[in-house]
Amino acid sequence: MSKDTIILGIETSCDETSVAVVKNGREVLSNVISSQIESHKRFGGVVPEIASRHHVEQITYIVEEAMAKADIQVEDVDGIAVTEGPGLVGALLVGVNASKALAFAWDKPLIGVHHIAGHIYANHIVEELDFPLLSLVVSGGHTELIYMKEHASYEVIGETRDDAVGEAYDKVARTLGLPYPGGPHIDRLAHEGKPVIDLPRAWLEEGSYDFSFSGLKSAVINTLHNAKQRGEEWSKEDIAASFQASVVDVLVTKAMRAAEDKKVDRLVLAGGVAANKGLRAELTEACGKAGLKLTVPPLELCTDNAAMIASAGTFLYWNGNFADDRLNGQAGLLLK
Amino acid sequence: MNILAVDTASYVMGVALLKDGNPLGEIVTHQKKNHSVRLMPAIRTLFSETDMKPGDLDRIVVSEGPGSYTGVRIGVTTAKTMAWALNIPVIGVSSMEMLAQNARHFQGVISPFFDARRGQVFTGLYRSEGGRIIQEEEDRITMHKDWLQLLKEKEEPVIFLSPDIGQHASLIKEELGEWATAASSIGNLPRPLELAAAGMDKAPGDSPHTFSPNYLRMAEAEAKWLKANKKNKED
Ligand SMILES: [Zn+2]
Repeated sequence: MSKDTIILGIETSCDETSVAVVKNGREVLSNVISSQIESHKRFGGVVPEIASRHHVEQITYIVEEAMAKADIQVEDVDGIAVTEGPGLVGALLVGVNASKALAFAWDKPLIGVHHIAGHIYANHIVEELDFPLLSLVVSGGHTELIYMKEHASYEVIGETRDDAVGEAYDKVARTLGLPYPGGPHIDRLAHEGKPVIDLPRAWLEEGSYDFSFSGLKSAVINTLHNAKQRGEEWSKEDIAASFQASVVDVLVTKAMRAAEDKKVDRLVLAGGVAANKGLRAELTEACGKAGLKLTVPPLELCTDNAAMIASAGTFLYWNGNFADDRLNGQAGLLLK
Repeated sequence: MNILAVDTASYVMGVALLKDGNPLGEIVTHQKKNHSVRLMPAIRTLFSETDMKPGDLDRIVVSEGPGSYTGVRIGVTTAKTMAWALNIPVIGVSSMEMLAQNARHFQGVISPFFDARRGQVFTGLYRSEGGRIIQEEEDRITMHKDWLQLLKEKEEPVIFLSPDIGQHASLIKEELGEWATAASSIGNLPRPLELAAAGMDKAPGDSPHTFSPNYLRMAEAEAKWLKANKKNKED
């Protein structure tokens, strides 16, 4: 009889302190998420120093709660997986140093996980991944197309050259006077409006899978400004719908083209912006037409959480890919 | 009592072990290098060199600040998480009180400090009484010039201890003249065995869960926000 693998995952890369217990990479025994969003709202964005302070205050409570909810003992834990980057360095350091302390105190192996790998593996919790596959990663800090030929192997084939999708959403939301975080508000308004404004789509050079959203963001601001000078006004709903149509068009078109070029038959969506209903709908339709299998994680696995880190970490554990005591938090860690 | 002491509040990094209340060993470096990368290797090395195991510990003592926010957080996160994992208490000692231990034999007042940029220092005032260090003025962040003025009014000898002494020495001399005493180069450096000893007699708090650094200062964004909102209310 083969033994189960139980990994304790820890994620503190931004403003959620999260700890999870995952069995065999897929079965979530617990996934506790303590969000600091209320603390950062009044600043209109995440303040790194405040995020770091919250993580220190929360970390042991959340570990305790995750283990209690999973109903496991220290002896049951096979390894400790932690997000080592990318993210806010001060925030990452809390998770990394707490994980090293646990690994030392309990004599367990330590595993460093790339945050984006975690987002991709949120899909593995939903449905067993098969390869090769293509992942579209969309979040506040990332917009990437990643090709995977097997587990724990990543090839970044396209990425944003300026703003990440989530960043563009937040900036446009601010222009429209919507509260932080703006993504969900724009998504909601977009469904009430019509994409009547013709906003640009940055296709970049022929064949490129890269993205660019800063021009789109400026176009929205200019459109608003020009309308105001003429004494006209666009409805917020129509602006949101037009902006979202442009973003989704580029994301879906590039993802589908990459899927075809790379000859994959599975696409997985990952990252906080995967919660966007407009994007989900368009991608589902496009994949249906192209005969591609599509996995989209449920909302609670799209946003930052430790279950995804534990899941990705399980494959590193099985591969014997451990970190040592020198593991560090790295703001700009590359996915390899 | 078996104690692990951890200090990462300044660029000095120190870890020490006491066994049955006696010094067993310490590792200290005085270089500006990454605490996050180096702390756990130092802890593991010290345990293996002294044949100790994490399970042998009765408590963990840590310098709780003031000091570098990131530095203090690395030490405190490590200490509190390890203490929770081992089900033992974590004890915080002021990083100023820790440094003040170095002047146990000084007749007068003791002013340990860390540079806090833009002319400011983290500091506090201590005195040695019967070989024990007691606090005379609360730890604080202040303009160094203002602090030196306050010390001058005391009209008694002051010894200054700081790993950042170099950049402050001339100001101290200027403001306090003959009242100021300089520590030896070794006396300026926080020592983890002193931290362990200082934490031995202290009563632990409720639980490692509630233990967090003593920053002595709000996050800058928060301070600005409060200021702006107070102003809005007054307008
Ligand atoms: Zn994320």
